[in-house]
Amino acid sequence: MIEGFTALYIFMLAAFTGYEVIGRVPVILHTPLMSGSNFVHGIVLVGAMVAMGHASTDLERFIGFLGVMLAAGNAVGGYVVTERMLEMFKSSKEPAK
Amino acid sequence: MILIQLSYFAAAVLFILGLKRMSSPKTARGGIVWAGAGMVVATIATFFMPDMHNYGLMLLAILIGGGAAWYTGKKVAMTDMPQMIAIYNGMGGGAAAAIAAVELLKGTFASQSFLTLAVLGALIGSVAFSGSMVAFAKLQGLMKKSFLFPGQQKINMVVFAAALVFGLILISSGSTGGFPLFMFFALALAFGIMMTLPIGGADMPVVISLYNALTSLAVAFEGFVLGNAAMIIAGTVVGSAGTLLTQLMARAMNRPISNVLFSGFGATGGEASAEDAGGTMKEIDASDAAVMMAYASKVIIVPGYGMAVAQAQHKVWEFCKLLEEKGVTVKFAIHPVAGRMPGHMNVLLAEAGVPYDKIYDLEEINAEFPTADVALIIGANDVVNPVARTDPNSPIYGMPILDSDKAKDVIVVKRGRGTGFSGIENALFYLDNTRMLYGDGQEVAGKLIQEVKQL
Repeated sequence: MIEGFTALYIFMLAAFTGYEVIGRVPVILHTPLMSGSNFVHGIVLVGAMVAMGHASTDLERFIGFLGVMLAAGNAVGGYVVTERMLEMFKSSKEPAK
Repeated sequence: MILIQLSYFAAAVLFILGLKRMSSPKTARGGIVWAGAGMVVATIATFFMPDMHNYGLMLLAILIGGGAAWYTGKKVAMTDMPQMIAIYNGMGGGAAAAIAAVELLKGTFASQSFLTLAVLGALIGSVAFSGSMVAFAKLQGLMKKSFLFPGQQKINMVVFAAALVFGLILISSGSTGGFPLFMFFALALAFGIMMTLPIGGADMPVVISLYNALTSLAVAFEGFVLGNAAMIIAGTVVGSAGTLLTQLMARAMNRPISNVLFSGFGATGGEASAEDAGGTMKEIDASDAAVMMAYASKVIIVPGYGMAVAQAQHKVWEFCKLLEEKGVTVKFAIHPVAGRMPGHMNVLLAEAGVPYDKIYDLEEINAEFPTADVALIIGANDVVNPVARTDPNSPIYGMPILDSDKAKDVIVVKRGRGTGFSGIENALFYLDNTRMLYGDGQEVAGKLIQEVKQL
């Protein structure tokens, strides 16, 4: 477990990282980047799997099942649409492969 | 166990590097692949967590959720991207809420602060879930109207406060489950719906972006609860990145986020300036328009969502290539909120094969309009409305616009005489140097191509 101030430090540093990483993004990439960050929080799948893996009652199993299903949708869907969008970006100097 | 931690660590690094690469057009494509690799590594590692059960059901859930998302994601048209992002994002929020629900049902928390984080994550995740679903329904056209009634904000606040109270009960009672837990989730979900209902379609991108940031935060909180480093890092990083993106979008539209969330734009104001626009609209036919552009030296094209709806982007690009063969310089001017989201129009043009170095931002292109012979406006409206500069009474006053009215001639391709998405009359259409070319975007572009070929 990550507790107390260690948790707080991690939270702060990660927040600054996110801010810096996309700080100078051009407008043309706003939509793909939003979609990309949408994909990245699909990591919730990992948590949903853990929650479901430790479920012991039927109700917990059911909610866990829903969670894993939704999370998988988030991760897979996020990836597919982001990839489709980014696939199309090309420059006039380097025409399509 | 050390291998699992190592995989999570690798995933976190891959996510950050992937996002970094995604913020530049040259490396963007690789960025999503890096992030995808991180996701696969983390997911596989999780199967080897100790003391896990229900593997069969887990796989089934992944197959159903992932399969459905794969299918819809591959099939959806580029114009419908924003609502797909909304729905996938909502699913993430729902998953975070589901994790919290399972943990709260168990009620075994290492400390009070973890219990609090679980409840907070559940609240944020639930709001993001139901709110995103409403956003999806609105953009998909399943829900046409904005629902406004007197005292709406107050009622929303009461619902939110009630959700908070039940959340506090959960925290103070150490989460015994049962009735407070049920009420807490029901109220949080209801609040997400009620908060999104009054928001107009034009503001939806900002809202989706906000829910995107909220989901990330919920994921990070549940990550702390589960002691899962990959979730904490990924959730927090994209949480702050998403917050920044939301601010950038709101700034591009010149509307503070609080204004977007609490004003019900597009449903209330904006009918005032209909008559005082003055003057008449002057028509032009396709052959005259084609001649004007073929003998111009510089043409700036302003595409709007109307072009995308008419699926005209391929034809428009074909027309541009013909113009370029005649020695005309062609540039595309993109307003930050063209399309349904910042950058959405760029995606649509990219789909048609327009190279991204022909596409210019508002700041880059505005100084060039006075030197352009023709500004061709296709399916755009509010983003070229000069009242945003001149009329302080207009609801869009102060919004940065493309100064297409400063071009020598302006040609507006438009389907009918009605007002745009926001319902505001456009003064540009009545200017002396403006000509209207009525018709469906795709048909008009087709005619223009024919006419230019005959020259």
